[in-house]
Amino acid sequence: MGENGLVAIYRDDGIVLRTHKLGEADRIVTVLARKSGRIRAVAKGVRRTKSRFGARLEPFTHVDLLLYTGRSLDVITQAETLRPYGEQLAADYPRYTTGTAMLETAEKLTPVEKEPAMRQFLLLVGGLRALGEGGHDPRLVLDAFLLRSLAVAGYAPALEECAVCGTTALQAAPSGGLRAFGLASGGLTCQNCRAPGSATPALGTVALMVALLRGDWDHADASERRHQVECSGLTAAYLQWHLEHSIRSLKHVEHA
Amino acid sequence: MYEGVVQDLIDELGQLPGVGPKGAQRIAFYLLSADPIDVKRLAAVLVEVTERVKFCRVCFNVAEDDECRICKDVRRDPSVICVVEEPKDVAAIEKIREFRGRYHVLGGAISPIDGVGPDDLRIRELMTRLADGAVTEIILATDPNLEGEATATYLARLIKPIGLRVTRPASGLPVGGELEYADEVTLGRAFEGRRLVDV
Ligand SMILES: [Zn+2]
Ligand SMILES: [Zn+2]
Repeated sequence: MGENGLVAIYRDDGIVLRTHKLGEADRIVTVLARKSGRIRAVAKGVRRTKSRFGARLEPFTHVDLLLYTGRSLDVITQAETLRPYGEQLAADYPRYTTGTAMLETAEKLTPVEKEPAMRQFLLLVGGLRALGEGGHDPRLVLDAFLLRSLAVAGYAPALEECAVCGTTALQAAPSGGLRAFGLASGGLTCQNCRAPGSATPALGTVALMVALLRGDWDHADASERRHQVECSGLTAAYLQWHLEHSIRSLKHVEHA
Repeated sequence: MYEGVVQDLIDELGQLPGVGPKGAQRIAFYLLSADPIDVKRLAAVLVEVTERVKFCRVCFNVAEDDECRICKDVRRDPSVICVVEEPKDVAAIEKIREFRGRYHVLGGAISPIDGVGPDDLRIRELMTRLADGAVTEIILATDPNLEGEATATYLARLIKPIGLRVTRPASGLPVGGELEYADEVTLGRAFEGRRLVDV
């Protein structure tokens, strides 16, 4: 209810991240919205197969919503599909699992409800579009999305200077360069700052991570398989370290 | 918070699907004010159901013996298996009296975001059933929503190379719904007009 006693109605568009069953036939729908950030709202009657509303509120769908502010949860009164990414993804299992990991990451990186997260929203839309168009390997699309999402959240891994002392790759070159990658360190480190248990990724892997962060797709598409595999491993480990291993769908991602 | 056993009751009720904290409280106070005879009968059925009802060792439908009523029925066509998510879907399809084959209950749908992958469902058991060559058609009747579609995609990819006919109930079941809510006419039509799945 608004202050004047009237119900507050608002409109926003967003990507459906997940749905939960509620009671007999309703669902709670979690949406990453363009203006409002992550919202949770009730959709009534959508689990009945007669509901024409249901398909529009499936995960991956980009929807235009009309909602009113409820006491605990907001309520969806109208939903129009802008783009149904889900249908296409559900017909391709590796892409479906890849997309699911993107949705879950977007959810976990927006922990506060109704806190605007426009950049995260735009990354997700771009990621789902790239996944649907099929122009790039789904593994690369996922890693680009994860790395950039981490950057938007303020956790970008250091790749071009030591994460601890700030020494650049050029300055560190005489003493062995930036060859160690530490999760707790925050990315690459020089040999002096190397933390125990750090990985030593191939130079090609680091170059691929830089390309994905920058959006240099020519470089990324041409990268070697072994560097892609190592990049996925490091990116997943780094993400899970920052999110306390909470991304459950990551281990179910199947690579084509 | 309430005292001891009343709070225990509310907590237990709150574990049930679709029951929130407020609903649990409402049911608890209903039970406290109801006729004790009625409540004891409910308690007795709950105990009986946990002791007597198990899951069919062949298809994982609910059963009172090792095998369910449908698996034991020799008149049911053993060459067609209809794959569903939950036992309640078996009940929904049985109602239309159209399908004369057997079932396989997966125990849910693949939903990585909820931590449910293929290994958490009874997919290995399904593949074992297909090994003896008696089955010629698999109907993938998972729910017509995203998880159900993705599960059907996964299964079709797994089963088609064996050379079986893999079908999915036809449209008419709008995406986003659940099988158990489909009316009998729509569900009957969807089964009749089932289409081959291409992977
Ligand atoms: Zn350093
Ligand atoms: Zn059975």
